[in-house]
Amino acid sequence: MGIINAVKLIYDYVTKDERGDVENVTSAIRGVDLDIQAGQFIAILGHNGSGKSTLAKQMNALLVPTGGTLTVKGMDTSDEKNVWNIRQTAGMVFQNPDNQIIGTIVEEDVGFGPENLGVPTKEIWDRVYDSLKRVGMMEYCDHSPNKLSGGQKQRVAIAGTMAMKPECIVLDEPTAMLDPNGRKEVIGTVRELNQKEGVTVILITHYMDEAIQADQVYVMDEGQIVLSGTPREVFSQVGRLKELRLDVPQITELAYELKKEGFPLPDGILTAKELEDALIRCKEQGYHVKAKSGEAKHVDKDRTS
Amino acid sequence: MSIRIEHLNYIYSMDSAFRKQALRDICLDIDDGEFIGLIGHTGSGKSTLIQHLNGLIRATDGKIYYNGEDIYQEGYSMTKLRSHVGLVFQYPEYQLFETTVLKDVCFGPGNLGLDAETCMERAKKALSIVGIKEKDHNKSPFELSGGQRRRAAIAGVLAMEPDVLILDEPTAGLDPRGRNDILDQIADLHSRMGITVILVSHSMEDVANYVDRIIAMNRGSVYMDGTPAEVFERYAELEKIGLAAPQVTYFMHDLQRSFPGMRADVTTVREAKDAILGWFEGGEKR
Repeated sequence: MGIINAVKLIYDYVTKDERGDVENVTSAIRGVDLDIQAGQFIAILGHNGSGKSTLAKQMNALLVPTGGTLTVKGMDTSDEKNVWNIRQTAGMVFQNPDNQIIGTIVEEDVGFGPENLGVPTKEIWDRVYDSLKRVGMMEYCDHSPNKLSGGQKQRVAIAGTMAMKPECIVLDEPTAMLDPNGRKEVIGTVRELNQKEGVTVILITHYMDEAIQADQVYVMDEGQIVLSGTPREVFSQVGRLKELRLDVPQITELAYELKKEGFPLPDGILTAKELEDALIRCKEQGYHVKAKSGEAKHVDKDRTS
Repeated sequence: MSIRIEHLNYIYSMDSAFRKQALRDICLDIDDGEFIGLIGHTGSGKSTLIQHLNGLIRATDGKIYYNGEDIYQEGYSMTKLRSHVGLVFQYPEYQLFETTVLKDVCFGPGNLGLDAETCMERAKKALSIVGIKEKDHNKSPFELSGGQRRRAAIAGVLAMEPDVLILDEPTAGLDPRGRNDILDQIADLHSRMGITVILVSHSMEDVANYVDRIIAMNRGSVYMDGTPAEVFERYAELEKIGLAAPQVTYFMHDLQRSFPGMRADVTTVREAKDAILGWFEGGEKR
């Protein structure tokens, strides 16, 4: 059994009126089976409202199943006794950096987690500096968090989670609010934690290119996992992903479009290098496109003039 | 001539130790009916700039003319300016507050002093533009999904029928389809009603797909101003200021090494496809 294991997981949001009678039940998760091995890098995709965040919140017992079970390192999240240990095992980072930073100085903020766990003072400082070094934010340890960029704030938030020494971190759209540089910083940091420190990473994202590097991609729809596999397996299903309100990385889309035009390209091209090589092979084989006379070329926007 | 900005400077916390110059000598002309993408790293001054355009922030010095009128001249009505220049903030759905979607969207036109009937009419029209169905009009905004809430909030600004629509990262946190839905609706509004749109975005791909002109900001100044092809051509400079070009632009530049004569001034998947098709039509004789 993996570090995170879900069996027939169900979660219903129940709204009640003033008298406590059930008004409405919304099923956010409808029978998810999941087994994530320690040390893996997992990406979870899915449109808004598909249940991704609800699933993420199960992983550190912010929400507990209304049906089925979810275990973190063998601990059942439904058992209240386990809550603290679960949260120490699986840390979370949310979308908006401003909503999760509470300290007035960076090092204070990072120390908040371990302090809550009752870690001795000396060790708190060790952990704070160690975590800040790991996310590359040590030089900002005595800065005020509100002067940092979005990417830097997210790295501080990740350090705050790392200071609790989790074996697994769950990141819920950590780059949605960041500029391209901030996104690169955060994804780079997360990948390094995964590869160098062996931390299990569960990344929820709407950016398809961030999912390319994952070991395994899960796609959710209507509270269920509808597609899973390696990034190549998942992203080769361009049509199906579009039905699920998702997208594919630009390179994959370009390859897909060229293939529709008749180019002899393999399925599931993910990287620029793969597409370049495949196109070079087309050239070497003497592949030729027949000119369609009279067809307008740049229909999109005329930027050539 | 719609908006003219002349030597605009803005300094935060002027007389304190936290004094910070957020905008430096900005000069821009924005014409009626333009679709502009405003890009820049976090803290580059994008949001500060757009808040000047509807008078939420007053410049430390410099001038802004709206339709030829100096907005800082005595007696100029900011209320009137705000009815012409609509601003949709980041995460606008957090500003929904009314008991029903329809009432919420009526709030803006109501503030313009319009009668209840006109407000209702405009609200319904705005909701239909953003694609919120009539059956959802009387729901609480909080019963809607994230993407729908975002659209309802945008409708609140559309109902004021602005001539200039400014959106600060309208698609942050939305799934790809939701993102395209909103951007398609904005593009449609732009082409059908001829309104000027300024789109602030961190997604270079979205900007490339939709806008006609890109303004890139760096440290409070305008760093680049041109068509997407012109701006993204200079991707090395963009990277220095924390930005990037769309993935396909990089790809096409790399491709030139093995495919001499391949067009690389490409910013969208569609253009890339056309460039590759064109190359394989002409073959190596190009």
